[in-house]
Amino acid sequence: MFGVFDILRDNWLLLLVGQYPSGPLGGISATLILSVLGIVLAFPLSVLLALARLSPWRALRWPATVLVYVVRGVPLLMVILWVYFLVPMLIGREVSGFTTMLCTLVIYEGAYLSEVVRAGIQALPKGQIEAARALGHSHLGTMWFVVLPQALYNMLPSMLSQFISTIKETTLGYVINVQELTFAANQINNQLLTKPFQVFFILAMTYYVVCFSLTQLALWLERRIAHKRLGAKAIPLTDGEAPPAPTVAAPL
Amino acid sequence: MKDFDLLAILLKPEFGAMLLHGVWKTLQIAIGSWLLAMTIAIVLLVVRLTPSRIAGRIVAGYVSYHRNVPTLVQLMLWYFGIFSLLPDALQGWLSEHNAETILSIVALGLCQAAYFSEDMRSGLRSIPAGQAEASRALGHSYIGSMRHVMLPQAIRNAVPALVNHSVSLFKNSSLAMAIGVAELTHAVKEIESQSFRAFEAYSVATVMYLIFSLVIMAVGAALSKRYSIVGAR
Repeated sequence: MFGVFDILRDNWLLLLVGQYPSGPLGGISATLILSVLGIVLAFPLSVLLALARLSPWRALRWPATVLVYVVRGVPLLMVILWVYFLVPMLIGREVSGFTTMLCTLVIYEGAYLSEVVRAGIQALPKGQIEAARALGHSHLGTMWFVVLPQALYNMLPSMLSQFISTIKETTLGYVINVQELTFAANQINNQLLTKPFQVFFILAMTYYVVCFSLTQLALWLERRIAHKRLGAKAIPLTDGEAPPAPTVAAPL
Repeated sequence: MKDFDLLAILLKPEFGAMLLHGVWKTLQIAIGSWLLAMTIAIVLLVVRLTPSRIAGRIVAGYVSYHRNVPTLVQLMLWYFGIFSLLPDALQGWLSEHNAETILSIVALGLCQAAYFSEDMRSGLRSIPAGQAEASRALGHSYIGSMRHVMLPQAIRNAVPALVNHSVSLFKNSSLAMAIGVAELTHAVKEIESQSFRAFEAYSVATVMYLIFSLVIMAVGAALSKRYSIVGAR
């Protein structure tokens, strides 16, 4: 265990921002930026994919289903290799490792997130859709004005867990030399050479702290949303929280 | 870019051998770590269900660590870190017996055990407590009630989640490439850099991964259909 704090004291800047002022941004800030950008850009794609998979038109349903199954059946590393090879060919110039990783995450997370969104849409009571259609909304109008706002709100905890997976997946950028936290740790390890356990222990603990706190946040959010959804039924609250005001449409 | 020519890769003996070796390694890692993960998961589950709170805390910590730390980082910690702390005799033995493969089986197995045990625990929790009480009242020991009454039902309930996590375990076997195991992804990357036929090489690997994943998913679906209990909720 000796040396953990020495390594932290000597290398905290590298772990935090990489070689930033003199080189590209790296370290944990690059990890977080990469995962936030990834999930934010994947979100619209995932909603479109989910809508396509649930749409009444076969021409939309089939390609979306195939895409989701292919992405779910292939390792992320394979997707990275494809993007690394295809994107420069398609746009005709070299792209950085960061961009490659971002494109990969958008595709990969888009597919996984679309399953989350789809589950959220299907979990809504059928009556919501029927009522909206009876009131004269089109299929798309029903989705946009009635289904999506409720489904996406209920899906917030799952999306947060997907964000945590994204953070964990950014580590694979190491394979194509993206400057992020894992890369920084390997740099430190290559400088020190004698303390591999301590370096990778620090790396694991850093990820643990970030992901564990986000997991707790997701659990809290899940409880809160469960309260809100059941708010209309006025169930007795167990942990002494003030009853949340039913401002958001309760689907039950 | 050259024309798309799959045969240029498949028919060349050295590439064919690399691919086969890659598939063999991938299967070795996937199956080895699956067996390890399942064994540990069952142990973890049983330990967590004992009344001891300390044991429960330890298992919860184990699960939390393995779910919140990226799998690649766990792999690196094992390969670069823990390996260096092992006694010299063990290090030597490992180096002679494919240390990379063994350590990736260990790392992936330990990691996935956390997911498997959580899947089975939520399967178990969906069974009413009355069943455990009834089987204990009928004279089963704790182990016996687990073995004959609770686990058979819990595993059935847990099958969909277990199948999903088995697929991700299979996919995670590609991470072993980062520590230098010559599995499928590593093999196609190698072929790509020797033949400059990225498109063909990646297609071969993608199709192989896809076939194996779909087979796992199909087996899971068949299993849960075959062993579903008539009238069960």
